[in-house]
Amino acid sequence: MLYREALNKALDEVMSADDSVVTLGEDVGLYGGSFRVTEGLVEKYGEKRVIDTPIAELSIVGNAVGMAIGGLRPVAEIMTGNFSLLAFDQIINHMAKLHYMSNGKIILPMVVRFPQGVSRQLAAQHSESYEQMLCAVPGLRVLSVNDVNYAYHALKYAILSDDPVVFIEHELLYNKKGEVDFEQKLNPFEARIAKEGSDITIVSYLKMVDDVMLAVPEIEKALGCSCEVIDLCSLNPVDYETLKKSIEKTSRLVMVEEDHKTGGYGGQIVSWAAEEMFYALDAPSLRLAGEDVPIPYNRGLELASIPTPESITRDIVAWGKKNDV
Amino acid sequence: MNKLLAQEMYYLMVLGRAFEYAAKENYMKGNISGFLHLDIGQEALSVGAVKAFEKGDIFSGYREHIMAMSRGLEPKAVMAELFGKVTGVSGGKGGSMHLFEPSHYFYGGDAIVGGQLPNAVGCAYARAFLEQDEGVMAIFGDGATNGGAFFESLNIAATHKLPLLFLCENNEYAIGTNIGRTAPFKEQAKKAEPYMPTYEVDGMDVEAVYKVVSEARKQIESGHGPVFVEAFTCRYEGHSISDANSYRSAQEMAHCKARDPIQRFKKALHEKWLCTEQEIQNIETKAQKAVENAVKYAEESPEPEADALFEHVFYEEGENVVS
Repeated sequence: MLYREALNKALDEVMSADDSVVTLGEDVGLYGGSFRVTEGLVEKYGEKRVIDTPIAELSIVGNAVGMAIGGLRPVAEIMTGNFSLLAFDQIINHMAKLHYMSNGKIILPMVVRFPQGVSRQLAAQHSESYEQMLCAVPGLRVLSVNDVNYAYHALKYAILSDDPVVFIEHELLYNKKGEVDFEQKLNPFEARIAKEGSDITIVSYLKMVDDVMLAVPEIEKALGCSCEVIDLCSLNPVDYETLKKSIEKTSRLVMVEEDHKTGGYGGQIVSWAAEEMFYALDAPSLRLAGEDVPIPYNRGLELASIPTPESITRDIVAWGKKNDV
Repeated sequence: MNKLLAQEMYYLMVLGRAFEYAAKENYMKGNISGFLHLDIGQEALSVGAVKAFEKGDIFSGYREHIMAMSRGLEPKAVMAELFGKVTGVSGGKGGSMHLFEPSHYFYGGDAIVGGQLPNAVGCAYARAFLEQDEGVMAIFGDGATNGGAFFESLNIAATHKLPLLFLCENNEYAIGTNIGRTAPFKEQAKKAEPYMPTYEVDGMDVEAVYKVVSEARKQIESGHGPVFVEAFTCRYEGHSISDANSYRSAQEMAHCKARDPIQRFKKALHEKWLCTEQEIQNIETKAQKAVENAVKYAEESPEPEADALFEHVFYEEGENVVS
């Protein structure tokens, strides 16, 4: 099953079981979703539950907030992450805060999904990542899964949850293949150990987990070590327990993210390690992230602006040699 | 509208004004802090519109104390919220601008100008979707009509024929700037004309507001789509308590106060509703007493416990819920 099919299946199952679940966004209905996540849903559930909206992101999220107040369970799709900026007033000032400001009286069972990240030559206004902003706002749960099985279960969880959830997807993950275990019970807030290892803990999320996995065989060969790869899955809250256990075992931490380094999300993980895990670490932590530039259109420049399997290998091997891994 | 309702509305108007003056006084004493947007002068609009919208959901902006009380929220719970006390409507976490009481279908209390409008649209969608009879009323100022959220909301509400009553309280000032300096015309209903039926009403006349909003409510509940009502009103105080109101002339303020909604309705109570002086005085005394009690209650209420800081960040306490 493809990643996008897993999301589609999750939505379909929840909509089938609960009439109050609706999905809204640009092109989600008759068009089938620009990344085909909502394909076939309008035929099954009708235009009142699969709602084609105007190109008006503030309203997509703002309306979803009102729908949740009014007794529905909306799943809002923002076509791409950059467009979510137009909805950030509603995401931050309303979706994240109404529960707290009302002292728990307002409950917002809603999800905002959006794809983001560097895809293929979409240039600066269609390539940004926003987890750092979303995770800086208390009141939002932020999920960002790499794995197809997790995508299915985490989206179902997000829709059934009574908390507002932002579900971040990556445009290059939609056609990723994987098996889904429909019977499995899994907790999307628990980090996923993508690969076990004993010498280096490499933490990542979304599409970068795949790039790390591509890099690992060469890193292990070059350094003669074994790497543990952790897919965070949930960026807020973070499963620090799993990270702690891994670092205690490996005593080394590498954080890999696609976003720009300055102010990027990985800074949180590395600073947590500096505060809480200092004496467990045998080497300074390494942070691999995108360059501090708007994402360029040219393919060569675009690839140079973010970590790639090659640069991940190169940088981790160099760091490993310097730090006696 | 009958005599009993007229008396109730008069009670809410004098309660509202006394409440606002008490809030101002307690702000000066330091018992209330933050932003405080007083509604003095606009009581006819707040009371008349909310009483006319007897059922359904109300989404308002940050000048909402009197609307909240007209919706049935206890004055003492509203005052305690202004004091930041745990007994406040929002447990002391919301303050003046964030009064929420879902059990009374009252949703703020929104401090982002126009931010409540998309929420009201979504709620109206839910009401129509769930085939519930009641609609939604969104209350906002003239300043909000210049923002994108407003135009997006008109468009979506009209496209889906949602049961949504847009109520614009036009007091001519967006904070301290006259609407004539930020929009090409003073009647903001003109902006809604291509989308839905629009009505204008004298917002200083509680009976007129009640009548127009009642009719507009019936219209949205009939399933023909949204309606826009514009009420022209006048606030006596500055935009917020930190605004000295120096941008309005003495003549302008005198003109405002000559239309005073409470004095005007008091006259109608005598002449039209045949209330005796004693009846009116009893109402005023009752309102005064309610405000005194509210202040006393707020003063005596405890501060939130330290643990409250971390309560209600999320609804689901367990972060280990398994799907």
